[in-house]
Amino acid sequence: MPGAIHAEGLVKTFGDVKALDGVDLDVPEGTVLGLLGPNGAGKTTAVRVLTTLLRPDSGTAVVAGVDVLQNPNEVRRSIGLSGQFAAVDEYLTGRENLQMVGQLYQMGAREAKARASELLERFSLADAADRTAKTYSGGMRRRLDLAAALVVSPPVMFMDEPTTGLDPRNRQALWEVIQELVAGGTTLLLTTQYLEEADHLAHDICVIDRGRVIARGTSDQLKARTGGERVEVVVHEREGIAAAEEVLRVLGKGETAVQEHTRKVTVPVVGGAKLLAEVIRELDTRGVEIDDIGLRRPTLDDVFISLTGHGAGKGEAK
Amino acid sequence: MSTMSDSLVIARRNLIRMTRIPEMVLFGLVQPVMFVVLFTYVFGGSMKIGNSTDPDVYKNFLMAGIFAQTVTFATAGAGAGIAEDMHKGLIDRFRSLPMARGAVLTGRTFADLVQTTLTLVVLAVVALIVGWRPGFADSTNVGKILGGFALLLLLGYAFTWIGALIGLSVRTPEAATSGGLIWLFPVTFISNAFVDSSQMTPWLRHIAEWNPFSATVQACRRLFGDPGLSQSGAWPMQHPVWASLIYSALIIVVFRTLAVRKYRSATA
Repeated sequence: MPGAIHAEGLVKTFGDVKALDGVDLDVPEGTVLGLLGPNGAGKTTAVRVLTTLLRPDSGTAVVAGVDVLQNPNEVRRSIGLSGQFAAVDEYLTGRENLQMVGQLYQMGAREAKARASELLERFSLADAADRTAKTYSGGMRRRLDLAAALVVSPPVMFMDEPTTGLDPRNRQALWEVIQELVAGGTTLLLTTQYLEEADHLAHDICVIDRGRVIARGTSDQLKARTGGERVEVVVHEREGIAAAEEVLRVLGKGETAVQEHTRKVTVPVVGGAKLLAEVIRELDTRGVEIDDIGLRRPTLDDVFISLTGHGAGKGEAK
Repeated sequence: MSTMSDSLVIARRNLIRMTRIPEMVLFGLVQPVMFVVLFTYVFGGSMKIGNSTDPDVYKNFLMAGIFAQTVTFATAGAGAGIAEDMHKGLIDRFRSLPMARGAVLTGRTFADLVQTTLTLVVLAVVALIVGWRPGFADSTNVGKILGGFALLLLLGYAFTWIGALIGLSVRTPEAATSGGLIWLFPVTFISNAFVDSSQMTPWLRHIAEWNPFSATVQACRRLFGDPGLSQSGAWPMQHPVWASLIYSALIIVVFRTLAVRKYRSATA
């Protein structure tokens, strides 16, 4: 059975830039899909297509059981959109913004008013409810934006880089809200450049680069693809690199990697902590002074680099 | 889903915005008032209307022209407002909601109509203060005068749809403001608004007499009983009220259609 969000073969070209180059997506009901990729990878274009804002050149998409291209207005009843490009009116108060959105979702005036109060309370904006959104902090604005997307409690939500530009505290707060939402059964498609965010919030992750899905799976599956544990050593002086590399080549299982400028040497290993102790002893015996050593599990950053050959946030197009 | 109720929600939103940025409304008032004063006192003594160079005649001739020019300047406001909504991502928000297609634009044009009405009221008061007297040349009555103002509002409303299309077509609010204004100068000056068009060179006179803008000016002069009616045989000058109605309706139909179509595929 196709999921609450299902897309096949989406293609969208702007001039000679292929923003989407045959993207397939499937988000089962009640789960979170993290769409992960650098700037210009096509994440926003994908969201714009799925939220009826943009017609793809080809491909099909079904959201909440309704065909996006055939029946966009029906789709709009079942979705909420929040993030970098769906804004609030800064000259309206928080309350006025939410009431307006409620009425445009075809609620009656009284119902929209009640719903606005409820959301302002829930998103800790009650005290600022009657101030214009212009006076809000970045975190408050994001919360208002998210509240606007939730006016009708839509079964399917789209969030485009919801925490970009937020400080850690506000990001954490927003994550909690998102988790609450998902616990309530909402299906969510989330785009992000932050691997940590996808790791934290998403059930499934789609890595997208230059308009193509280049990998998909759970965060653990993706990490497993990049390989297992590694030992990472940072030596104190450049002169120690060669010796450290030799130690790791002998004790490790696979090719060593050297980063000259950070004086970092890594190697895949099996055997975990016990092996780590062995590495330390051996380095000590050879008199190699070290700044840092540790057993690393791959982060999604590693996944990204190994898949694309460049880090997240370093895309070229757009 | 109702176009009217959605449009009213958007109109209300734009009117609330106007009260939060009162300086915008204020500047909108200063410009036409300045024109009234400048044209009346600077040009008033040297303009020939028909066979008269009496400043009082020119003053009474001028007002319909200034009124009409003022309502068309609403174009720039509508364009800038819509361009800003695009720029800030509000159009995306609206387009993701299950609302009537044309309502965002219709609501904006409604709000501009309210502002235009306000501007016209202030302007009419200023005009009366500097010496405009409806019925100066011909008899008139309250009904006719209100009819003249209704034609002005309709013209202004029609022009905001041109502004809407401009706003959706440019990249920044600044571009929409200048793009909304520049072309209005030839349109409002190659007309009967500020000078007696019968004294223009023939090809220019022709344009002036068929200019949609001139039809409304001529209609207002006739309804207000102002001096200086064009005696031209051109159809819009002979039947200015009808011409004004037809032109405005035509502009609304054409530009509303184009703007709504553009809106559906609008991207920030």
